[in-house]
Amino acid sequence: MPFKRYVEIGRVALVNYGKDYGRLVVIVDVVDQNRALVDAPDVVRGQMNFKRLSLTDIKIDIPRLPKKKTLIAAMEAADVKNKWENSSWGRKLIVQKRRAALNDFDRFKVMLARIKRGGAIQQELAKLKKQNAS
Amino acid sequence: MAAKKASLTSRNPELIRGIRKYSRSKMYHKRGIWAIKAKHGGVFPRHEPKAAPPKPAEKPPKFYPADDVKTPIPNHRKHKPTKLRPSITPGTVLILLAGRFMGKRVVFLKQLPSGLLLVTGPFKINGVPLRRVNQAYVIGTSTKIDISGVDVEKFDDKYFTKEKKKKTKKSEGEFFDTEKEATKALPQEKKDDQKTVDAQLIKAIEAVPDLKAYLGARFSLRAGMKPHELVF
Repeated sequence: MPFKRYVEIGRVALVNYGKDYGRLVVIVDVVDQNRALVDAPDVVRGQMNFKRLSLTDIKIDIPRLPKKKTLIAAMEAADVKNKWENSSWGRKLIVQKRRAALNDFDRFKVMLARIKRGGAIQQELAKLKKQNAS
Repeated sequence: MAAKKASLTSRNPELIRGIRKYSRSKMYHKRGIWAIKAKHGGVFPRHEPKAAPPKPAEKPPKFYPADDVKTPIPNHRKHKPTKLRPSITPGTVLILLAGRFMGKRVVFLKQLPSGLLLVTGPFKINGVPLRRVNQAYVIGTSTKIDISGVDVEKFDDKYFTKEKKKKTKKSEGEFFDTEKEATKALPQEKKDDQKTVDAQLIKAIEAVPDLKAYLGARFSLRAGMKPHELVF
């Protein structure tokens, strides 16, 4: 019931609207009730409305308005990239991107692989059923 | 004439559209007409016209039309084959979108002079023979097959045109018979052409895993597939 992810300096967020859609950014300062100053290693620091941000679980330790160097160092120290890519949310996004980039031949190969996997599962199930019945 | 210059550029550059740099008299001097005249004693050399071959005597026409007949304007425009989409190169796998082979995945061989695409199944894999297909009814995928071993030089539009049926007069009895014109079987030569083209292709196709099954399957949209978002 209580909130777990707070808007605070160092909170890592995902941009969910606009030009930088899908990018991870760090909240570096709060401008007013609706906007935050946001920064990332390959983005020019700028303001963004909170409605465009989805907060993540990741938080890094930075002073208010750090220099780009400090920000990058802090992100490396907290290992944001790996934490994100191993989190279930991050993994889901990676899978979505990969699926969207599938070629027609790739989609065919995926279909064959799913059928094969289903077949293997059914075989195991049949074995177990037989064991149970006996 | 003496040997022509490689490029016949004008000695009078254009300053702006419609206005050239040098006046008539200046150009006279530039072209050296004065020098040519001096060489030929004050007169510009004039060559006698070549003796034209004698024209045959024209007969008066047999028929004069009552009304004036308009002469048609000659049309010298030549058709260029349709511009080929950059995603379609020889060896690309295409998806046919219309016609008898709708949904079939097929190998592109070359573009014919009429603009149509020459395409083959290969026949053994999916039943599509050497066939012409319009570029508009085709999706080009990004799957490419190596067709360097295939010789497609001999195929052109004439190869695919239907032969003209000779009209035979039917007697009254035969007139009411149902059509019993024999359906023409495919000439052996065309079957051999298909085999030679496909032999090379099938070798290249079997080298890639699953490609043979891919070409044998038809394409269709399933639930959730959005064509404008699919990557082909």
